[in-house]
Amino acid sequence: MADVVRRPGGARDTGEPGEPARRWYRRPGNWVAVVVFGFFFVNLAGIIGVPLADSLGTRWFTSWLPDGWTTKWYGSAWREFSLGQVFWTTALVAVLVVAVSVVIGVTSAYALARRGFPGKKAVMLLFLLPILVPPLTYGIPLATVLYKFHLAGTLTGVVLANLVPSVPFVVLTMTPFIEQIDPRIEAAARMCGARTRSVMLRVLAPLLVPGILAASVLVLVRTVGMFELTFLTAGPESQTLVVALYYAVFSAGIRTQQSIDAMAVMYTGSMLVLLVIALRFVNLTQLVTRVREETPRQPGDG
Amino acid sequence: MSHFSTLRLEGVARSFGAHRALAGLDLEISGGEFIALLGPSGCGKSTALNCLAGLLPLTGGAILLDGRRIDRLAPERRGFGMVFQNYALFPHMTVRGNVGFGLKMARVPKAEAARRVAEALELVHLADQAHKRPGQLSGGQQQRVAIARAIVLEPRLVLMDEPLSNLDAALRLEMRAEIRRLHQRLGLTTVYVTHDQEEALSLADRLVVLRDGRTQQIGTPEEVYATPANRYVASFMGYRTMLDATVVTGGERPLIEVAGTRLTGQDRDGLPAGARAAVAVRPEDLDVTEDAAGGGLPATVEVVEYHGRELAVQARLADGQSVHFRTGSRLAPDDGVRLAAPPERVLVFAPDDTPVPASAAARPAART
Amino acid sequence: MSAADAGGAPPGHAGSGPGAAGGPPPPAPAHTGGRPALRHRLAERGVDRTLLLAAPGVLFLVVLFCYPLLYGVGLSFQPQKGGGALANYRRFFGDPYLRGTIWTTLRLAVPAALVNCLAAVPVAFRTRAPFRGRRLVTTLLVMPITLGTVLTAEGLLGYLGPNGWFNKALLGIGLVDHPLDLVHNYWGVLASLVITGFPFSYLLTLSYLTGIDPSLEQAAATLGAARRHRFRYILLPLLAPGLAITFCLSFVLAFAVFPSAQLVGDPRGSTHVISIEAYQAAFQSFDYSMGSAIAMIMAAVMLAVVAIVLAWRSLLYRGATGGKG
Repeated sequence: MADVVRRPGGARDTGEPGEPARRWYRRPGNWVAVVVFGFFFVNLAGIIGVPLADSLGTRWFTSWLPDGWTTKWYGSAWREFSLGQVFWTTALVAVLVVAVSVVIGVTSAYALARRGFPGKKAVMLLFLLPILVPPLTYGIPLATVLYKFHLAGTLTGVVLANLVPSVPFVVLTMTPFIEQIDPRIEAAARMCGARTRSVMLRVLAPLLVPGILAASVLVLVRTVGMFELTFLTAGPESQTLVVALYYAVFSAGIRTQQSIDAMAVMYTGSMLVLLVIALRFVNLTQLVTRVREETPRQPGDG
Repeated sequence: MSHFSTLRLEGVARSFGAHRALAGLDLEISGGEFIALLGPSGCGKSTALNCLAGLLPLTGGAILLDGRRIDRLAPERRGFGMVFQNYALFPHMTVRGNVGFGLKMARVPKAEAARRVAEALELVHLADQAHKRPGQLSGGQQQRVAIARAIVLEPRLVLMDEPLSNLDAALRLEMRAEIRRLHQRLGLTTVYVTHDQEEALSLADRLVVLRDGRTQQIGTPEEVYATPANRYVASFMGYRTMLDATVVTGGERPLIEVAGTRLTGQDRDGLPAGARAAVAVRPEDLDVTEDAAGGGLPATVEVVEYHGRELAVQARLADGQSVHFRTGSRLAPDDGVRLAAPPERVLVFAPDDTPVPASAAARPAART
Repeated sequence: MSAADAGGAPPGHAGSGPGAAGGPPPPAPAHTGGRPALRHRLAERGVDRTLLLAAPGVLFLVVLFCYPLLYGVGLSFQPQKGGGALANYRRFFGDPYLRGTIWTTLRLAVPAALVNCLAAVPVAFRTRAPFRGRRLVTTLLVMPITLGTVLTAEGLLGYLGPNGWFNKALLGIGLVDHPLDLVHNYWGVLASLVITGFPFSYLLTLSYLTGIDPSLEQAAATLGAARRHRFRYILLPLLAPGLAITFCLSFVLAFAVFPSAQLVGDPRGSTHVISIEAYQAAFQSFDYSMGSAIAMIMAAVMLAVVAIVLAWRSLLYRGATGGKG
């Protein structure tokens, strides 16, 4: 055998559950992981550090760090880009999208989880496509249609466009979640004399709350971060933060670099808060596993 | 693979943080033996098996194979075979691929590997399923594949982790016989984990009864069945009736008083006169006595279950304690009966809340 | 209540359910006359009032996803400048500059997706078992999701720019004599795609990996398989279908690259990707027809690549029920 003989370690290895094995640094796979992680993290720190330092610096040309430190750019960014309005729009869009997509998505997910019917695969595919197809592809025709109905440029248009990937997202995350709730619980509630309304409100809803929370938080993060669809459908009054940020950079010449960076930092800050909240509610890996269960079915028999 | 003469477990222990899953297991296994680790879930039996397999590092003690320490070897270097509770068949390989995997890892030449796989599949009556994937097999067939996979390497030691627990009752009996047959035929040393006393009694040469990570009794099926070391083992071995009693006179055949009636029993814990005691009797050892003179324990029948040739009866004593017995005579609820059992079948133990003197076992706080 | 889930009914557009009733189901039954017959006929096909709950979702997607998509397809065949139904497509494939955008995009998206998948595997392996600080490490790895394209772009421009920290460091340790040209070209966009795409492929890979029953690896170990054999014969084959999906999703994500190609790249030259062309056609030249046509081409190319990967995947074992179905 070409296998390296594994020597019994000198000291007792009582730490990691798993196997009595070589130290971690003696496994090549771990080295690769550490190098990948290190490289990723160092560069990530740089990428975040540069705009952060810039937004806090007075002047910065070719030195390692800015000449001096100031917070004035945040104030000027807030005024210059009327960020109060932008944040309000963003919050409004996000909350509306979450509310509507949860209502539509959970009811659809319930039907899909509890019923088998002819054409179910087609319906699942319908719910899968808006997630698989990148937003820009269907965003352009969608924006065209919205323009036709004079909805583009309005808040309604932005919300509608953002709902297109959000509703399927809720459906796909909630369907497996509902499937794992034993239907006999509902049957039992009915046998105890509960009507549909009571079954929904008193039995199902409490069981669904964790799933709904998780889905909501993720939809919130997605919507706040959704650039393409909002970009294609927003007017000057209905821009969310990402889009405002893009326009600020794109028409850079007239703006100061620092205030753009200040705005980008504010965006990232708020996203980070959302992500931390999301991670509190959701085990992201599990969520993807649940989604995964739906994913492979689709291409299989197509 | 070579066989061995003794495998010694010396104080094998495993803790998970503050929780001691296994607290110092001492056991000596000789080559060819069939050992069953028996206990309810959480008693540490699976932990012991995983420690033996090398899947879980020890936090204390040592495992010696013919005097050589093996507890720091990785599982793949121990040369043990294992049958997992959920079978853990590789879903992406065929039956043949699964069974041949170990041979492939051992770099056994292809022709020989093919021959040995075919033999192993023959042995478990699966020769015609070799091309299928595990997902296409029934539970019993998957079980056979798992066994074939574990024994094809002729390992020094076969470890089985509740292999029958996922099967239905009929299949379980069939596979039990199968496992016994394979052991008799191949003579592979086996450590078998189960929570089913019947399974353990019928398969094993020796039993190890565990509770809360501690050994309660080690012995042959007859020993454990007839003379359980303590109250806990007794309740686990089918002594369903467990009565509070008081010792009247001590000794090997103490006189005890239960619900106002005096009986003779078999002392197990060396209790003095006047001590409180727990009396354990099996349903099949208790029977209705026709002695009109007033011998036996008076009881009132409460529940009668029809079990074919006999009835399983639950009755209540004068002080409210319930007893279980089997009888051939026709009884109906509310009938008054007198019950008796041979003295050597009435085991007298120390009660659960006092330390058991004989074996350093049973945590006082834990009650069943 | 209702519902006999009888299968074997003819496939149809059952998804939208019995259109006659409309809206969510009323709680009270109370039907009269001919209604029960209809209900029974539908129930026979597994269609009952519970299914109506799916109607709003389906309706919504039909109106806002399918209709626009079909409208776009239709529009793409009605060129604004005339010249027959296929004029837009002919123009796109006839013009080497336009045609070239497909290649430009593929050249970015395929390497980005590959890098993301390949880097995700060892990192996911390292972080799958619980260890101290695992939560922090995974949070850090997932963090770039929050950056957004703009901050990433700004950061990359500053960090990888000629006076940025990256080049300063390289110059400082003497690895290079001149600052590397890393922004406003291909490399900047690729870096941006990797940074924003890695968290997704990492999360997916990790969840596929944790979905593999650990007892399979243990079983392999008791059969004498060393760590790398376990990886090679057990984990990799079981992970491969998941990796294919991960690749597809990262590819799709990278293929639609738009803002970063504009901001960090060279949008008029080496990173003139297809989405920029589509956007410009539709919203800068206001040729919605051409814009839609390019969007359709984009979707077609993307689906072609995805189809190739999934075709390869269908050769692999997947699912626990066996068979290549």
